[in-house]
Amino acid sequence: MAISDDVLVVGGGLAGMTAAVAAARGGARVRLLSHKASTLRNASGLIDVLGTDPESGAPLADPFDGLDALPGEHPYRILGEAAIREGLDLFDDLLGDRYLGSHTDRNALVPTHGGTVKPTARYPESTGSGLASSRERTLLVGFETITDFDAPLAAAHLENAGVPFEVRGVTLPFPGEFRADVRVTRMAHALDEDREAPVDGRPGTRAALAERVSEHLDGEERVGLPALLGDERGEEVREQLSTRLGTDVFEVPMGPPSLPGLRLEDALEAALHEEGVRVESGNPVVGYEGDDRVETVTVERVHREVPYEAEQVILATGGLVGKGIRSSRSGVCEPIFGCHVPQPEDRYDWFSEGVFDDQPFARFGLRIDEGCRPLDGRGETEFENLRAVGAVCGGYDSAREKSASGVSLATAATAGRRAAECL
Amino acid sequence: MGYETTALVIGGGSTGCGIVRDLAMRGIDATLVERGNLTHGTTGRMHGLLHSGGRYAVSDRASARECIEENRVLREIAGHCVEMTGGYFVKRPEDDEEYFQEKLEGCLACDIPAEVVSGRDLRADEPNLARDVEKAIRVPDGAIDPFRLCVANAADAETTGARIETHAPVTDVLVEDDTVVGVEVTHESGPGKRVHISPGTTEEIRAEYVVNATGAWAGRVGELAGVDVEVRPSKGVMTIMNVRQVDSVINRCRPKGDADIIVPHETTAILGTTDEEVSDPDDYPEERWEVDMMIDTLSELVPILREARTIRSFWGVRPLYEPPGTGTKDPTDITRDFFLLDHEERDGLSGFTSIVGGKFTTYRMMAERITDHICEQLGVNERCRTAEVALPGSEDLATLDERMDSFGLRSPIARRSRQRLGSRAPAVLSGTDPNPVVCDCEAVTRAEVRDAIDASGSDLNAVRIRTRASMGNCQGGFCCHRMAHELSPRYDEDVVRAAWDELVRERWKGERHALWGEQLAQAALNYALWATTMNVDGDPARTGAEVDFSAFDAGERGSEPGSATGVAADGGTRGDQ
Repeated sequence: MAISDDVLVVGGGLAGMTAAVAAARGGARVRLLSHKASTLRNASGLIDVLGTDPESGAPLADPFDGLDALPGEHPYRILGEAAIREGLDLFDDLLGDRYLGSHTDRNALVPTHGGTVKPTARYPESTGSGLASSRERTLLVGFETITDFDAPLAAAHLENAGVPFEVRGVTLPFPGEFRADVRVTRMAHALDEDREAPVDGRPGTRAALAERVSEHLDGEERVGLPALLGDERGEEVREQLSTRLGTDVFEVPMGPPSLPGLRLEDALEAALHEEGVRVESGNPVVGYEGDDRVETVTVERVHREVPYEAEQVILATGGLVGKGIRSSRSGVCEPIFGCHVPQPEDRYDWFSEGVFDDQPFARFGLRIDEGCRPLDGRGETEFENLRAVGAVCGGYDSAREKSASGVSLATAATAGRRAAECL
Repeated sequence: MGYETTALVIGGGSTGCGIVRDLAMRGIDATLVERGNLTHGTTGRMHGLLHSGGRYAVSDRASARECIEENRVLREIAGHCVEMTGGYFVKRPEDDEEYFQEKLEGCLACDIPAEVVSGRDLRADEPNLARDVEKAIRVPDGAIDPFRLCVANAADAETTGARIETHAPVTDVLVEDDTVVGVEVTHESGPGKRVHISPGTTEEIRAEYVVNATGAWAGRVGELAGVDVEVRPSKGVMTIMNVRQVDSVINRCRPKGDADIIVPHETTAILGTTDEEVSDPDDYPEERWEVDMMIDTLSELVPILREARTIRSFWGVRPLYEPPGTGTKDPTDITRDFFLLDHEERDGLSGFTSIVGGKFTTYRMMAERITDHICEQLGVNERCRTAEVALPGSEDLATLDERMDSFGLRSPIARRSRQRLGSRAPAVLSGTDPNPVVCDCEAVTRAEVRDAIDASGSDLNAVRIRTRASMGNCQGGFCCHRMAHELSPRYDEDVVRAAWDELVRERWKGERHALWGEQLAQAALNYALWATTMNVDGDPARTGAEVDFSAFDAGERGSEPGSATGVAADGGTRGDQ
């Protein structure tokens, strides 16, 4: 007998987890299947809705101002503004005071580890005092072994971008005995643990760090450090640093492995638990049974194929990066359900000449209807009870638009609610 | 006032770098100018095969003999650039038995160590070879890093007093009274090491003798001097796999044909190649079918290639030459021999010689011949010692491993550093503390990156070819910005940014030809890391966009009227100066 649920979510990234919560809140019994670690560890942890003006390419102050200029096949155009707001409301409710930005529709400009500013709709509380629209004088602090972030260079870059505050950078050794190739996660854990060495009177990691930074403070009102200020006890770490320094302290988002991304993942996992969603990870979904409806999906468990039955199925397997969309020399496909993926026939038409030109491959993914159901080549529903959320959907370029999380949340909220309504 | 040198070499490929080292070692004041980076032309765009000579053992025994001779020399003088993988000429059932025998006899006749290996023994060594490969001839082929080799030649020449100028295209050849007396070059960012954004300058370099060692571009330089050099450039594609499917060089044993060689190179394997004449060495089509042919045809020898991950493809242009009137139709039939064209004898233009044709493996021998010729012209009586004196990095390799023990690097990283730096490893690695890894795929540390920056200025592509940083699986997605960070604080932010952007563009160029499967996923991730996480494409510092900072969220505190935090009320500081 097959394992049976009301709603089965395939994929455990931002879109899959929020879709599962949305369905559970609609009264459904929900199970979420995830195969490998989600791509959240690669993500900055910032929640973008629309950061680039579709017409001018300039940073966009209000994401809702840019919606009308998006192409017709864009998920935002299909689902509408209300769906984006529904997704953001769900996110705000789940993350509570761990994320900021809900007080306004406007985007914030967050300084990144590349020294650039990036428009985003919601940002982790840890980045909150670093926004580029505030005039506070800023000291950026980098660490000698962190090659991903060069604080003096980032400061110069921000000035060259015309930010309205004075900014300076300094590079320091991180307190404690670490190898030169120590991972940021180790450093974060050292700040979490804050081990003291009472025998020789040396201070703990947090105090030692504050001491080093304070020697370089010259009247700055805020201090930005790479996003490694604790993992589980980040808030405590930041508060203590802030108290000792007498300044605000903020994190600068970094590339993989991204602590803000990992923290977001932890928070969403806790939310799933709270909503009673059953989570299974480690086994891939390899296929399905059914015709016009998906009757069961097939999970490969230790060389055995196990059917999972559900009334409604939500596909949240990600795009090219998450492997929800796959490709070979001969074409692009959605590997589990074989849903239609619009694509140029010749793979030399999948890309453009310049690295930041409009890249067709970035738009690869499923076309959906207003209920997030994938459409086939003729525009007909592929399966009456299958919905697609997040990056497995196509028709938009999340990197160029800065719209990844917004599409994930809008599709997830819509698909989760609709799935529960159909029971 | 112009600069004066005794001998001027145009072209920073293997031949030019070999010549300038030879000249310097013979005490001749020498200058080398190159329009791009060292190896910018054909040398940096080959499969890195150190020929045993086996490839030419049937068609061209003179070349085969030269190859095995130089193969032995390079193992001695350039040990840190060479990996003696060994090679095989493999025979499939449909390949001609008679040709196999001719190949074996040819190798033996040319003094190339060769022996026949059964299919079974062959697969014990190379388990990924197709089951129906019948047998093979084992020869001493190897892999050689052309970047490292050229850089070592140029660095040694510099130490001996030569001047090396990269990013310095020749814009004119100066001719007075039927004699070439020098060149005019444009320094793209001024003379010396390259620094992005610096203004360009032009310089007249007067020389007693000028050598045109520009290979496929020799016709262009000849034209500036008013002489005809009829090179016949021929393009070939090479496809790079992300791992070594084979550990030896695998050649298909047949008379000729496209896609007949696989060279294991560092962490990768390189598939090659095609041979097609082109009219312009700077502008020719790079096409899908060429990449597909590499994979499909070589899958006949190594079936797993069909589904394997490729990380990029690139094209190179052979500097083929044949004397006027020969008229060979098929470029695969044009001789691989080299020609020294003394323009005094040939065209009545003295002080000027072009060197064309030839092969990478025999670069040192070619350089020796032309340096002999220059010495004769200049009346210098010094003998060549380039076959005896090891290149920097290849000295005392036997005792190196002991000295490497003292470095606190994880051992695989130390091993990779040692392979690349050779005898320079202890000196380079001891200079930087802490010494974190900058490029994870290729295990390149900060010390190695900074050493390369010392040598090449803000040019990250020059750092790349010296270190292999950004040349692995991720094609720079995780490390281009880290490499750029190492330029700071030596160079200003705008220079660093320009260098980073140039590196990213170069990485993308080759990766475009590998955009399916795993590598398309990688490209999508890189795009996300650059554009989503860092907003590189929408960076106001890059685009020049005026941003009204006050229109954006300044935080919950900042949004309250009368807040003490001071929200920007204008468009930022850029317009204030």
